[in-house]
Amino acid sequence: MEPEGRPQRVTRRTFASCAAAAAAGWVLTACGPKRLYEVPRARLKKALADLERRYSEQYGTPVTVADTPPIPGVEFAYALDISRCIGCRRCVYGCVEENNQSRDPQVHWIRVLAMDKEKGIDFTHADPYYEPKEVPQDGHFYVPVQCQQCRNAPCTKVCPTGATWTERDGIVVIDYDWCIGCRYCMAACPYGARHFNWGEPTIPKGALNTSTHYLGNRPRPKGVVEKCTFCIQRARAGRYPACVEVCPVGARKFGNLLDPDSEIRYVIEHKRVLVLKQDLNTMPKFFYFYGT
Amino acid sequence: MKPAIGLALALMAPAAGLLAHASRAQTGLPPGNAGQSAQATGPARTAPGSGAPQERVEVPPPPFSDGIFPCSGCHAGLPVNPTRRELTDMHADIVFTHDAQHRWCLDCHDATDRDSLHLAGGDRVPFDESYRLCGQCHGEKLRDWQAGVHGRRTGDWNGHKKYLLCAHCHNPHQPRFRALQPNPAPKPPTRPGA
Repeated sequence: MEPEGRPQRVTRRTFASCAAAAAAGWVLTACGPKRLYEVPRARLKKALADLERRYSEQYGTPVTVADTPPIPGVEFAYALDISRCIGCRRCVYGCVEENNQSRDPQVHWIRVLAMDKEKGIDFTHADPYYEPKEVPQDGHFYVPVQCQQCRNAPCTKVCPTGATWTERDGIVVIDYDWCIGCRYCMAACPYGARHFNWGEPTIPKGALNTSTHYLGNRPRPKGVVEKCTFCIQRARAGRYPACVEVCPVGARKFGNLLDPDSEIRYVIEHKRVLVLKQDLNTMPKFFYFYGT
Repeated sequence: MKPAIGLALALMAPAAGLLAHASRAQTGLPPGNAGQSAQATGPARTAPGSGAPQERVEVPPPPFSDGIFPCSGCHAGLPVNPTRRELTDMHADIVFTHDAQHRWCLDCHDATDRDSLHLAGGDRVPFDESYRLCGQCHGEKLRDWQAGVHGRRTGDWNGHKKYLLCAHCHNPHQPRFRALQPNPAPKPPTRPGA
């Protein structure tokens, strides 16, 4: 005789069916698509080839999609000379062309903020829509803002699907095939550096940069988030990012933080350096400095 | 004053030599140098660590106006007039606003070898090493430039870097940058129906 109130025993049948269902679920999950780096090499190569074929058909020109891994012993960092920037926005459009951003609806990874010299770095009074005949304007200075590649990145922590993470060379990347477009990362980013493709991205014929990286400037679909990757397709090939090369005043500096002889280390050791919103403890690898 | 300039020259000379030949020859870190001289050889230093590629530096030729160089093409037969004056016959298009109160053509351009410049101490400097001349006054900028921090760099962050001479960006006669027309502002966000 069983005492009252005792929970009913799980029958053998219930247990067996639950276990079978769990096993089947686990097997099915494992069979599904995997994140980059988790898939076997051969399958990754095939996936990249499929992407290349798809993009080449779509844009009518041969497109390459690379998966260049991080270079060992390299951690990328960036420095921008606020005392030199004249706010000409050459970097903004250089970036658009290099990284295949949508022209309409417009996506810009770099946003140049015009600030008042009287107020200093003050985001509440910053104006990204300044449009004078000539720059620099009297009494203003300019702070271009793009992804700060934080060491303690808030955006990667909130992603529910693990579609964004920090690579070993310090670049925060997004896998557009895993992004579900929830935009949590955009809410988490204190710099407004992440951008959402609200519409189907359009790139004019012939304007596509055909040298692309899987985690960087490959064409994006509608409904995913994108952002600056330090031009991952260029940086991992040893080249300067496009914005560094296009800046007419040489305000942008880029290099390896772990190399004591790099330009970036010289800046950090010899100049007055700051990061944006330091109090948030995001620890950006994007430094601003005064070169004079 | 003189010894100070001499010291500065002695420090800059290795850097200049290295820079000029960097595109032709691989340059290594000279043994046993420290402090200032190590800094002076900034751009030509080798990257440390095993397997790091040799850093190469490439500087394009100086930006002369069409048909202006060599200067001796015209000046070879002309007598040298060392008096400070307003130029009227030739070079009248040059607007000189670079500390014009204190200086004049022949303070930088050499009067005897017309195809070169000269430092304050009298040493001749070819036009493709004009940064040595600029560095006499703008020493801090020269140091930053050699370290790759002043001025535009293109090429490879860990390999072959392309430098520009001071004169590629700053007109030596009017060094201040001209204002630029900015590229269009981003479109402000719109709401459907607005």
